[in-house]
Amino acid sequence: MKELILIAISAIFVENFVLSKFLGICPFLGVSKKTSTALGMGGAVVFVITLSSAVTWAANKYLLERYGLTYLQTIVFILVIAALVQFVETVLKKVLPTLYSALGIYLPLITTNCAVLGSALLIQERQYTLLNAVVFGFASAVGFTLAMVLFSGVRERIETSEIPIAFQGLPITLIAAALVSVAFVGFQGLFGL
Amino acid sequence: MTDKKRNVFKVLTNGFMKENPVLKLVLGTCPSLAVTTMAKNGIGMGIAATFVLLGSNIVISLIRKIVPDKVRIPVFITVIAGFTTIVEMLLHAYLPDIYKELGIYIPLIVVNCIILARAEMFACKNTVGMSILDALGMGGGFTIALLIMGSIREILGAGTWFGITLTKNLFDPAVIMVLPAGGFLVYGFVVAAVQKFSTLNIRNKEIAAGCGMSCAGCVANDNGGDKA
Repeated sequence: MKELILIAISAIFVENFVLSKFLGICPFLGVSKKTSTALGMGGAVVFVITLSSAVTWAANKYLLERYGLTYLQTIVFILVIAALVQFVETVLKKVLPTLYSALGIYLPLITTNCAVLGSALLIQERQYTLLNAVVFGFASAVGFTLAMVLFSGVRERIETSEIPIAFQGLPITLIAAALVSVAFVGFQGLFGL
Repeated sequence: MTDKKRNVFKVLTNGFMKENPVLKLVLGTCPSLAVTTMAKNGIGMGIAATFVLLGSNIVISLIRKIVPDKVRIPVFITVIAGFTTIVEMLLHAYLPDIYKELGIYIPLIVVNCIILARAEMFACKNTVGMSILDALGMGGGFTIALLIMGSIREILGAGTWFGITLTKNLFDPAVIMVLPAGGFLVYGFVVAAVQKFSTLNIRNKEIAAGCGMSCAGCVANDNGGDKA
């Protein structure tokens, strides 16, 4: 139990996907303009990463490792993730239409979100057990959502302030992200990791 | 004839300045931020991605007439993943140092938006020759952008450039520059400098907003790749 809590907290704060591993920067910059859209995207990511952690773990263990095909990892993972996203989309549309319309456009975009593939690869690299893998995936996605929601608050402020012309748009967003990232550096001392 | 020549030149140089993937189109931001702690890593990542881009552009422009429209994205992704695996194995065998430094960011080339975006916007509409030029131009632009960012971060953050000590007596290196925060900061300032010296301000903003919606958004934006 202690191990799981450690994995979860370090995945959310210490090794935050966006702010210290640079995974999923595209949605982080693109969808964080409003807190509501940030939450929508975050929800979709939590859902997909948690599922894909389990599925890619199983695919690796029972398919790739058993038949000595680990060199195909990248191809298999990306296809598994693409298929999974499609599957989740179809199932949600049928079973939970309200959730589907809430996550709506964010779902298909997740295939190309490097956070999903990144978490699958990190899990194999660290040789987690199934339970650890799922907890890690879930916590990483929560960390991603946390960073996005925090950052959307910062961005709503930026919208109303006066910014030099050269810095308008992307540059000021990146610099704000740098400041948020500095705040997360503070967690690095946790557990002496 | 001159018209055709000019066109070739335009395709090749497009990626360097006018549509630099990192600095103008804001594609492939994840590796640009993650691996640019050192100039050497920036170049390594740039060349690896250029190789994948070249391979995928060639194959996709060759098979563009055979692949049905509906399944083109999965086909493209599989082609890209194949080339990524090749690069990964080559690096592992011949450049183990770079392989170790770049770590999981090598397999993540698969989801680098630049490659899928070029496949969708350029390679699936143009001939093999043009696609090769486009890949070289875009890959070159990507590599240069990474080199610039890597150099700034390495010089300010570690006081070295390609491992050579430069600033021994000038100033103490600021470690923050090689931390993640420095990545965002340098990227922000470099893009600001590019905006300052370019006339394409408005378009840049537009793309920044559209692109975050992922590559699909970029592709839908369709910013002139096919018009070139």
